[in-house]
Amino acid sequence: MISRRDFLKNAAKGIVGLSIPLAAIEIISPEKIFASKGDKKVRWVFLVDTYKCVGCGLCVKACKLENEIPYDANVTRTWVERYVIRKDGKVFADTPKGARDGFTTDKIALGEGKYQEIKKEDISQAFFVPKLCNQCENPPCVQVCPVGATYQAPDGVVLVDRKWCIGCGYCIMACPYGVRFFHPVYKTAEKCNFCYHRITKGLKTACVQACPFGARQIGNIKDPDDPVSKIIMTERVGILKEEYGTKPQVYYIGLNKEVR
Amino acid sequence: MPTMMSSLLLNLIVHGEEWTAKELFVYPNEYIYWSIQIVMYPFMTGLVAGAFVLSSLYHVFGVKQLKEMARFALVFSFALLFCAPLPILLHLQHPLRGFHVLMTPHFTSAIAAFGIVFFSYGAIVASELWFLYRRHFVDVSLSLKNKPDKSLSEWIRFLIFCSLTLGVYDVSEDALKRDERAIKILAGLGIPVACFLHGYAGFIFGSVKANALWMTPLMPVIFIMSAIVSGIALCILTYIVTMELRKLFVTRKKTPHQLYQSREEIKSVELNVIKMTSRYLLFFLIAAISLELLDLVFRGYTAVKSWDVLRSVIYGKDFTNIFILQYGVGNLIPFLLFLTPGLTIRRVVLGVILVLFGVFMMRWNVVIGGQAFSLTFSGYMHYHLPIIPHNLETFKEGFAGAASIFLLPFLLFWLMSKIFPVFSYKTEH
Repeated sequence: MISRRDFLKNAAKGIVGLSIPLAAIEIISPEKIFASKGDKKVRWVFLVDTYKCVGCGLCVKACKLENEIPYDANVTRTWVERYVIRKDGKVFADTPKGARDGFTTDKIALGEGKYQEIKKEDISQAFFVPKLCNQCENPPCVQVCPVGATYQAPDGVVLVDRKWCIGCGYCIMACPYGVRFFHPVYKTAEKCNFCYHRITKGLKTACVQACPFGARQIGNIKDPDDPVSKIIMTERVGILKEEYGTKPQVYYIGLNKEVR
Repeated sequence: MPTMMSSLLLNLIVHGEEWTAKELFVYPNEYIYWSIQIVMYPFMTGLVAGAFVLSSLYHVFGVKQLKEMARFALVFSFALLFCAPLPILLHLQHPLRGFHVLMTPHFTSAIAAFGIVFFSYGAIVASELWFLYRRHFVDVSLSLKNKPDKSLSEWIRFLIFCSLTLGVYDVSEDALKRDERAIKILAGLGIPVACFLHGYAGFIFGSVKANALWMTPLMPVIFIMSAIVSGIALCILTYIVTMELRKLFVTRKKTPHQLYQSREEIKSVELNVIKMTSRYLLFFLIAAISLELLDLVFRGYTAVKSWDVLRSVIYGKDFTNIFILQYGVGNLIPFLLFLTPGLTIRRVVLGVILVLFGVFMMRWNVVIGGQAFSLTFSGYMHYHLPIIPHNLETFKEGFAGAASIFLLPFLLFWLMSKIFPVFSYKTEH
């Protein structure tokens, strides 16, 4: 009869022996398969012209309806910020309900139901800045997802798999731009994806389509003839929070140092 | 119709909205997403790691005075280990998908290492326990085996202990010597793994570059030091409580199996062990405080972009939490309590409770404090811990959920001490 010691020895040998041929098989990452299938000639980028934005909030409204983010829930995939800079240098900024209904009062919301009134003659400059996911080239949210439920498509857009997200919130914490949140219905991480279901079919994003002033544009940076690419390449544009090394792909015309 | 309305209304409440109050300019999607359970998570894993390191001080470094404590701390660490992942599970929006972390780990994420670290650590503690209690398992199962008329409970006990021996009944002098060597190796191996288990919890926070308060390479080290502090403190506390209970039993009835027979004997052993252990507690407490202060000084001195908002949080909004509750009540007072000559059990109890509170506040100030300011650096968020739950979410991520997580290890410890007797059994280890 085989002794216990021999049995264990042989079992260990067998396992090692079996695993050697297995090690020869390269573990295929789903990303590689996805990347090989995708179109390498597309890299989606976004261009915001802050001079053109009037803070009407139609983009926010359109986004909420298009992407089925509960209309009255206090989260949104895109939003518009209002900046008011006083002559004494003090900066005020707000975004009531993400500017879903635009900015209905001159007063600046301070949170908890309080408002600040700023006299017109004290204002040195005031402007609006639309915000959305930057679809970073080096996305920290993708890096930190423990299950790989959020990933970057080969065309640069960062997507979330609602069937796989465990809802830990690590990606929300990792995003320096605050674009992520939990979907109130699906309870999974949610973010702007440049209306991926639309752009991949040749349509514009809902916000681009809704903007009456052309403040928002989407384009393909790999196409030199794309009007957005031309502007990014030939004009002076800025990006948000460069210091985090995320390489954001939403470009801004008329970005001010006060913009957060 | 009313149910539809309420479900519609429910959908409007965003996760985090119930306990977050915003002030000044905050991005619309920002809430305190990581709440009390994420405070509990490093607190609990810290206790696990700390208790293990304490037990290893005896097994590896041969600190003889800790012999009594070592076995106790190891069993307690095992009980705590089962509770360490629970805060995360209660925090997850999809707890049933929690096992995805084990099945499809995405290794660029710090959290993905959880399964590997947790289970390797669990395996080490379990095998160390087995070697430590092997003789006990053999003794119990043999004595039950020879008993003629076994009752049902004795049958169950027999089966449990029989399987726990794993079929090894060799308790010769030689075999026990080998066990001891195995324990030493496992305990030695366990120290880096325990430190990794907790250091990696610190890494989860320290590597979030978007969070100005969290991002520091010191975070894992700070976490390990305070983990050891809290683990030792909890061991001392539980040790005192069990010793006091035993004193109570001794006065009521003299059981022949007890190791110490008289009240006086128990008392002198108790104080001796505690004095020794608290010296280690102080040592790690000093290390933890030094690192935390170094971090604070460094931030103030370098004063990068985020310093303005951090300063307003650290010295303003969170002043009471950080300087009074954490450093004052949680560090300074216990420090004085331990260092004043003529240490008494009562003072130790007060001291370790305050130390535990201090470590909890440290976790709180990191997790909640890190979300007290907006990513805009020009707004703040205030956390209101849900005390009385009014739905599942406010239970899970409220006071009630956190309290149940904290109490669970004690219950488990009580259950485990039925299998791994922590006092009454005499062994050579």
